Amino acid sequence: MQRILRFLKPYRRDSILALLLMVAMTAADLATPGLVQRIIDLGIAQNNMTVVRNTTLLMLGAGVVSALLTVGNSVLSVRVTQHFAADLRSALFRRVQSFSFGNLDHLQTGQLMVRLTSDVNQVQQIVLMSLRILTRAPLLLLGSFGLMILTSPQLALIMAALIPATTGMVLVFVAKGRPLFLEVQRKLDKLNTVLQENLAGVRVVKAFVRGDHENARFDAANTDLMGQTIKVIRLFAILVPTLFLFINLGMVAVVWFGGQRVIHETLTTGQVVAFVNYLLSTIFPLLLMGMMVNILSAAQASVHRILEVLDSAPEVQNRPGACTLSDMKGRVAFENVCFSYNHDCSEPVLNSISLVAEPGETVAILGATGSGKSSLIHLIPRFYDVTSGQITIDGTDVRDVTLESLRPHIGVALQDAVLFSGSIRDNIRYGRADATDEEVIAAAKAAQAHDFIVDFPGGYDTQIGQRGVNLSGGQKQRIAIARALLIRPRILILDDSTSSVDVETEAKIEAALEQLMADRTSFVIAQRVSTVLRADKIVVLERGQIAAVGTHSDLMASSPIYQEIYESQLGDGGGPNG
Amino acid sequence: MASSMSHRQTRRGPFGHRGPGAMRGMRVEKARDVRGTLLRLSTYLRPFTPALVLVVFLIVLSTALGVLGPYLLGMAVDQFGNPSGLLRVTLFMLGAYVLSWLAQVGQNYIMATVMQKALRTVRRDLFEHLQLLSLRFFDRQPHGELMSRLTNDIDAINRALSQGITQLVSNLLSLVGVLVAMFTLNLWLALGSLTVLPLMVLLTLAVAKRTFEGFRRLQMQLGQLNGMMEETFSGQRVVRAFGQEAAAIEAFDRNNVAVRDTGIQTMVLTLLIPPMMTVLSNADIAVVAGLGGWLALRGMATVGTIVTFIGYARKFAQPLRHLANLYNSVQAALAGAERVFEIIDEQPELVDVPDATALDDIKGEVVFDHVSFHYVPDVPVLKDVSLTAQPGRTIALVGPTGAGKTTMVNLLTRFYDIQDGAIRVDGRDIRKIQKRSLRQELGIVLQDTFLFSDTVMENIRYGRLDASDEECIEAARLANADQFIRQLPQGYQTELSERGSNLSQGQRQLLAIARAVLTDPGILILDEATSSVDTRTEVRIQEALLRLMEGRTSFVIAHRLSTIRNADKVLVINEGRIIERGTHEELLAQRGFYYNLYMSQFKGTNM
Repeated sequence: MQRILRFLKPYRRDSILALLLMVAMTAADLATPGLVQRIIDLGIAQNNMTVVRNTTLLMLGAGVVSALLTVGNSVLSVRVTQHFAADLRSALFRRVQSFSFGNLDHLQTGQLMVRLTSDVNQVQQIVLMSLRILTRAPLLLLGSFGLMILTSPQLALIMAALIPATTGMVLVFVAKGRPLFLEVQRKLDKLNTVLQENLAGVRVVKAFVRGDHENARFDAANTDLMGQTIKVIRLFAILVPTLFLFINLGMVAVVWFGGQRVIHETLTTGQVVAFVNYLLSTIFPLLLMGMMVNILSAAQASVHRILEVLDSAPEVQNRPGACTLSDMKGRVAFENVCFSYNHDCSEPVLNSISLVAEPGETVAILGATGSGKSSLIHLIPRFYDVTSGQITIDGTDVRDVTLESLRPHIGVALQDAVLFSGSIRDNIRYGRADATDEEVIAAAKAAQAHDFIVDFPGGYDTQIGQRGVNLSGGQKQRIAIARALLIRPRILILDDSTSSVDVETEAKIEAALEQLMADRTSFVIAQRVSTVLRADKIVVLERGQIAAVGTHSDLMASSPIYQEIYESQLGDGGGPNG
Repeated sequence: MASSMSHRQTRRGPFGHRGPGAMRGMRVEKARDVRGTLLRLSTYLRPFTPALVLVVFLIVLSTALGVLGPYLLGMAVDQFGNPSGLLRVTLFMLGAYVLSWLAQVGQNYIMATVMQKALRTVRRDLFEHLQLLSLRFFDRQPHGELMSRLTNDIDAINRALSQGITQLVSNLLSLVGVLVAMFTLNLWLALGSLTVLPLMVLLTLAVAKRTFEGFRRLQMQLGQLNGMMEETFSGQRVVRAFGQEAAAIEAFDRNNVAVRDTGIQTMVLTLLIPPMMTVLSNADIAVVAGLGGWLALRGMATVGTIVTFIGYARKFAQPLRHLANLYNSVQAALAGAERVFEIIDEQPELVDVPDATALDDIKGEVVFDHVSFHYVPDVPVLKDVSLTAQPGRTIALVGPTGAGKTTMVNLLTRFYDIQDGAIRVDGRDIRKIQKRSLRQELGIVLQDTFLFSDTVMENIRYGRLDASDEECIEAARLANADQFIRQLPQGYQTELSERGSNLSQGQRQLLAIARAVLTDPGILILDEATSSVDTRTEVRIQEALLRLMEGRTSFVIAHRLSTIRNADKVLVINEGRIIERGTHEELLAQRGFYYNLYMSQFKGTNM
């Protein structure tokens, strides 16, 4: 909690001022019963109109002052908390922007969103409540209690019984309530999971005619949630009225014993009335403190989740003294590279990889799923860092140059073509905002995207819907390729980025790339053998190691694995005979 | 991932009331048809009429007792000279408080049950109705949006209903009760006390009006911020790859500051209400004490009356404060209810015709008879498609992306209905067959295998719910999945995570095949996967599929040459038409579209 509260530091002055205003407000509040007592005992009882008038004016004055203080407190505390929350969100967002792929593997979008929205809100609520009411509650409670003792120590004895009883009850309910609350949360999660899967798998549900089954699944979760919720509500349905009952019982006792004392003239009517009013003032803080425990424990969990993000150091960072990479020729060399996602080379994803790509060469990478193809190419733009060995570009270790200067030279079309909402033009221009329309069109043409783009009614200005819903998989991939080409990279990486494109279009893309990338280095991951036939180098990966390297004809002659892959795709040893 | 986001937004307590200004994912929207929506909501409460009548009775009782409280207190103060009178009043007070406690606990208890049961029914209706809607609906509606209706909107209804109804009734009653009591007790004091009331009402109204707009804007800006963040995070790898972090941060800052500033404006006003009410009620107490004192000195009021009025002054502020809060939450609930009903009112597009019959003993002959279809009017997807599949034969569908292959599959399963022509199974129009019985005879293996977060065993069993464990394992064996399943940490009992992300795509496909094996369908539909499966797994998948296809009519959206070669008939589809048909050899000999498609795959080979 303290670490989060650091974010309050810039607003320390305002926070303290807000707290001070609140103390003053509480004092004004606490004055009221005493002043009423004055009116009754010194005014009415003594038949003194002046006292009545003056005291009334005093009370109204206190009201005005209190109103002003309230405004001040509200403005200050809201300003502090809104700034606090915005700063916290901003710190989180900036942290995420610095994350490498390794960090992102651990923290998925959904999780990050929770942290930036509801978790920040939780903490914000707590801060706001602290500045406004939470601190006020104990003050009010203590103040009332103190004034009760001053008014009549004997009657205050009643409170000595009442306060432990109420506090005890609140504590018992809170202790009982917490596990129930957690259980409600779990049941709610369960219900949402059923729902989410049902929506995501709607085709499967329909294809297998499992509507009834799904209804039953939902109903079970739904009924569970209802039962648990009822349990919690019922528990708290007792708490609030009972707290009131306790206070009311206390009041009955005050009236009874106080009344006796007034009769025996050891107390005045005004004192008893004031006492009752103090007693009524304690209801609200008691209730609040009961709720506080739950809110605090929820906030505790949020704080933990927020810190988890803030404490994650980016796995890939600029080294101190890293230099800027200006010109790049594009010679990429892997030197005995070993890589593992958990930084432990005893279970490597890639092992003793040595490989050189000369400027202008096209290197194709083939291999089974999980053989390490994507991992291999992710190391070049430093999405991850090697665990041992090194990767050099033009002879410089990639870890010795800054990320900002390295990545603009490398164009990447990833397996999953993520597009952003906005126009097609904006998406292609994503990596180079100052590209001209001609350049955008040229890139689209090379990626074989131009034709279908101009077929849209809006052409290049067509808005892409949420996650590109209005585009087919192949179209998205082609736009992603155009996006990578537009930055005129020295090194181009295509990670299985034509998998949804039909063979004919794929061949056209290849032909276009061959010209465009003539003096640039390309890495291409592909499943289809036909995609890689013309590569300068074909690398066959098997379980993280290079099983074979060579041209198509080399490998057909020497590599059984390559032959096997080839056979399985192009059929029983035969080719087209026409 | 949109769904996972909304999922998260619902991680709130079931009735977590966090004050009017809580920055929550709730939209403060105005319902369009307030009356209709209220009426409709009330139908969900109708089964509980007796219980609700009892609740209203209890509310009236507890409110009346609440109004009585300060009065009794005043009476007691006036009896401070009279021991026997004091005893009587004290006992009255005791009785009233205990009774009031009972009434409150009782109403809370009953309301909890009634509201949660009613909400369960709303949720169930919504979910069950979703099961009836056609794919066309799901295509149109983003999943995140749907999730939000079942969670956020229901939550909004919950929040308002579980506290709203009782609060509304009891606050209004108590307001009226206090007014009546005051005027009965002492006209002058009542009038004096009411001087502050207009201030309270005006303040509440002024703030409510201003904040309503503010909240609307805040919710909108929050939506933009969230949308922006979600999109950035889900494309975070691309952001990094293209070095666009600074641009992302800039966009974020813009949204973040907007939310902050609107938040400050709106919240300051909202948060002013509760303390201002306290201040005003203190002022009211001052007026009552002063005026009361003056009246008492003239013998026109007793000290007890003053005490009673002070009690009422405290009581007055409370309902007003609550009513202001309620206004927002009831509005949100009505808007939520409206959105929920919108879905329940959505017509299921494909309903069985009244005389639809079951399909039993399927032979497996499938005929497309001059079928035309479009998703969106004026954009035809299939044009005059005719084909016949004899029982037990394999039909390969070949063609470029977007040619209409998947659409043909969607039509056969009646995910959509055709606009022209007819599709017949065993000579019967599928529109005359019960959907359920039709789909039970169709085994579908989709390219993107969907797995539920449950054990491997249960995921296979999804194909036929009454299958025994042994049958599931046998199906897995036939699907070549048994081997990898046994290598999983808990074998068949391994829990799959969300969407089966702990399995490779190839493994997920094998599970889908096992599912289909278990279903034992008369007609098989395969969307052959192309990407991301290594060739050896591919061989295993092929093997399993061949086994599965044996003796069944099969439609395969084919990408593999081996599949195409083994097919009895290859249909080449382009731009919604079947442009060539025949066996692989026949089509090659034609030297047409298929030939080019085929050749492009081998271009450059020197074989």
